[in-house]
Amino acid sequence: MIVLRGIRRSFQVGDQVVHALRDVELTLTDGDYAAVMGPSGSGKSTLLNILGLLDRPDAGSYTLDGTETTTLPEERRARLRRERIGFVFQAFHLIARLTAAENVELPLMLAGQPIRERRRRVAAALETMGLTPRANHRPDQLSGGQRQRVAIARATVTEPRLILADEPTGNLDRASGEDVIAALEALNAQGLTLVVVTHDQALGARARRRIRMDDGAIVT
Amino acid sequence: MLAPTMRPIDTVASAMRALTAHAARTWLTLAAMAFATAAVVVLSALGEGARHYVLDEFTQLGTHLLIIMPGRNETTGGAPPLLGETPRDLTLEDALALRRSRYVAQVAPIAVGAAEVSAGSLSREVTILGSTAAYIDIRRLAMTAGRFLPPGDPERGAPVAVIGQTLAEALFGSASPIGRRIRIGDRRFRVIGLLAAGGVSLGSNLADVAIIPVASAQALFDNPGLFRVLVQAGGRESLDAAAAAVRAIIRERHEGEDDVTVITQDALLGTFDRILGALTLAVAGIAAISLTVAGVLIMNVMLVSVSQRTAEVGLLKALGARQRDVLALFLAEALLLAAAGTALGLALAYVGIWLFNVRFPAFQLVVPIWAPLAAALVSVGAGLVFGLLPARRAARLDPMRALVGR
Ligand SMILES: Nc1ncnc2c1ncn2[C@@H]1O[C@H](COP(=O)(O)OP(=O)(O)O)[C@@H](O)[C@H]1O
Ligand SMILES: [Mg+2]
Repeated sequence: MIVLRGIRRSFQVGDQVVHALRDVELTLTDGDYAAVMGPSGSGKSTLLNILGLLDRPDAGSYTLDGTETTTLPEERRARLRRERIGFVFQAFHLIARLTAAENVELPLMLAGQPIRERRRRVAAALETMGLTPRANHRPDQLSGGQRQRVAIARATVTEPRLILADEPTGNLDRASGEDVIAALEALNAQGLTLVVVTHDQALGARARRRIRMDDGAIVT
Repeated sequence: MLAPTMRPIDTVASAMRALTAHAARTWLTLAAMAFATAAVVVLSALGEGARHYVLDEFTQLGTHLLIIMPGRNETTGGAPPLLGETPRDLTLEDALALRRSRYVAQVAPIAVGAAEVSAGSLSREVTILGSTAAYIDIRRLAMTAGRFLPPGDPERGAPVAVIGQTLAEALFGSASPIGRRIRIGDRRFRVIGLLAAGGVSLGSNLADVAIIPVASAQALFDNPGLFRVLVQAGGRESLDAAAAAVRAIIRERHEGEDDVTVITQDALLGTFDRILGALTLAVAGIAAISLTVAGVLIMNVMLVSVSQRTAEVGLLKALGARQRDVLALFLAEALLLAAAGTALGLALAYVGIWLFNVRFPAFQLVVPIWAPLAAALVSVGAGLVFGLLPARRAARLDPMRALVGR
C-alpha cells in the first residue's frame, strides 16, 4: 500500500525554480496497475523517482506499507529499495562489461545472498523472461527487447512488491515493446504492484488505472 | 533483523571485473606502481651492496688494525701549523719504537714508491712496497710459491723481493720466478716469493707490486720517511690503549709534537657503515617518493573511472547499494591496483637483482629486509589514501542525479 500526501518537489535551474511536483496526492493498493501519462516535463519521472526512494520530496508524506519513508535515513531507504522495489529504465542501465546473468545477479549480490541461492534465482528469473539461452551474453550482444527483459529479470529477481518502469518501451520497436509490456503485465497478474510511465496511448489504455499529469500535478 | 551486507569476496571480484574491463588503463597504472616499487628495492639493494662491499674490503685489510700516517689530521683541530712548516717524517726508528708498548702485537712499516722492474729484456713499471716480515701477517696475505720477506733486522736491507702474479707473468711468463734475478731501478734483487692472487684491497692491486725490505726501499728511493705504519693491536679491546700508546711514543720521539694521524680500523669501518647506511636510506626515500607519485596516478585513474561510471553508481544505488558498498567497491579497485603493482614490482626487482648478481659477481646487490616491506607498506598505503577520495566521491553521489548522469 502506497500513500502520497501533499508531495512537492522543485528544482533550482539557474535562477529559476521549476516545480516538478505540486501537492501530489496518490494512493496505490497492492496489485495495482497504473499508467502514468502526460506531456514531457510534466513530472512523471520525478514522481517515479520519489516512489522508488531515489529522491526525497521537499514536502509531504510518503508511506510505504505503513512506514513513513521521507524521514528515513539513507541506509534504511537503500534497504527498502533493495527488498521492496524493482526498477526498469528507458535506457536499460545494464552494465556493459557484465553478462546478462551477472547483471541480473547484481541486486542479490548487494543483498549479500549466498552464491548458490543467487545462481538458482538468476536462472529462474532469466527463464521466466525467456532468456536462458542468452544468460552468458553481454548487453552489446543482445537486442533492445532482450536487454529490457534482462532489466526486468534484474528488477524482479529479489521478488519485490513494487515494479516501477519509466518509459520501458521508449527505446524499443513496437513488437519488442509489446513483449516487454506483456512481461510486466504477467508480473502484475501475480500480484505485484506495477507503475508504468508511458507516452503510448494504447499501452496506457491497457492499465487498470491511468494517472494523467500536467505541469507537476495529477489531473485525473 | 540485521540487513545482510555485501560479501567482501563479491566486492573484490567485482572490483577485479571492473579493472580487467579497462585493460590498457589498468596495465599502465600497474606499470607505474611496479616501476616505483622496483626502484625502491633496487636502489636500496645498491646502497646495501655498496655497504657490504666496503666493509668486506676493510675486513680484508686485517683485524685490530691501526693505521699511522705522518702529519696531523686537520679535522682533529689543534693549532694550525706554522707557515712553511713541513710535517716531520715518520721514520723506521719511530716504527720500531712502537714495539715497546705491550698493547702492540706487530708493526709493519711501509715505504712506497714506483720504479721500473726488469728481468733480461722485459720490464714493467710497478708500485714498490718496502716493509718487513710482519706485513704478511697483518695484511693476511698468502703465498703461491717461495716465502715472504725473512724476519731479521729491519734496518738491514737484504736484496730480496716478493712479487705479485701480474708482475711475475710480465717478466717470466709461465716460468717460476723463484730464485730469479731482477733489477729494481738501478739495484739488483733476487726473487724469493710469489704472492697469491686475489689481494685487491683499497685500490692497491697486490698482483702488480714488488715487496722488498723497508730499508732497501728507503735506500732505493733515497727517502727516510715512511708512507704508513700498520700496527696490529693485541686484541679488539686493546685497540684504544694501543692508539694512545702509539701517540705517546711518537710524541716523546718528536719532541712533544703530536704530528701523526692514527686511524683505527673500527672507527673507519663505523664511519663508512654510517655514511653508506644513511645513503641507502636517502636513496630509498627518494625512490619512495616515486611510489607516492604512482599513488597520485591511481587517484587520477580512479577519479576518471568514477566520473565515467556515474550512471553505474546510480544504478547500484537504485538496486539498493549503500554508501559503504559503493565506497568498498571503488576502494577495492584502488587497493588491488596498488597491491598488484607492488607484487609485480617486487618480482621485477628480484629478477633484476638476481640477473645483475649473476652477471657481475664482483659486486653483489643485497636487498635489505626492510626494503620490500617498506615498499609494500608505502604503496598499499598510497593506494588506500589516494583511493579514498575518488571512492568517497562515488559513494556520495545522489542516486537519481547519477542515474541520468547529472
Ligand atoms: N535533477 C533535476 N534538476 C533540475 N530540473 C529537473 C531535474 N529533474 C527534473 N527536472 C525538471 O522537472 C520537470 C519534470 O521533469 P520530469 O519529471 O523528468 O518530467 P517527465 O518525466 O514527465 O518528462 C522538468 O521541467 C525537468 O526539467
Ligand atoms: Mg521522464
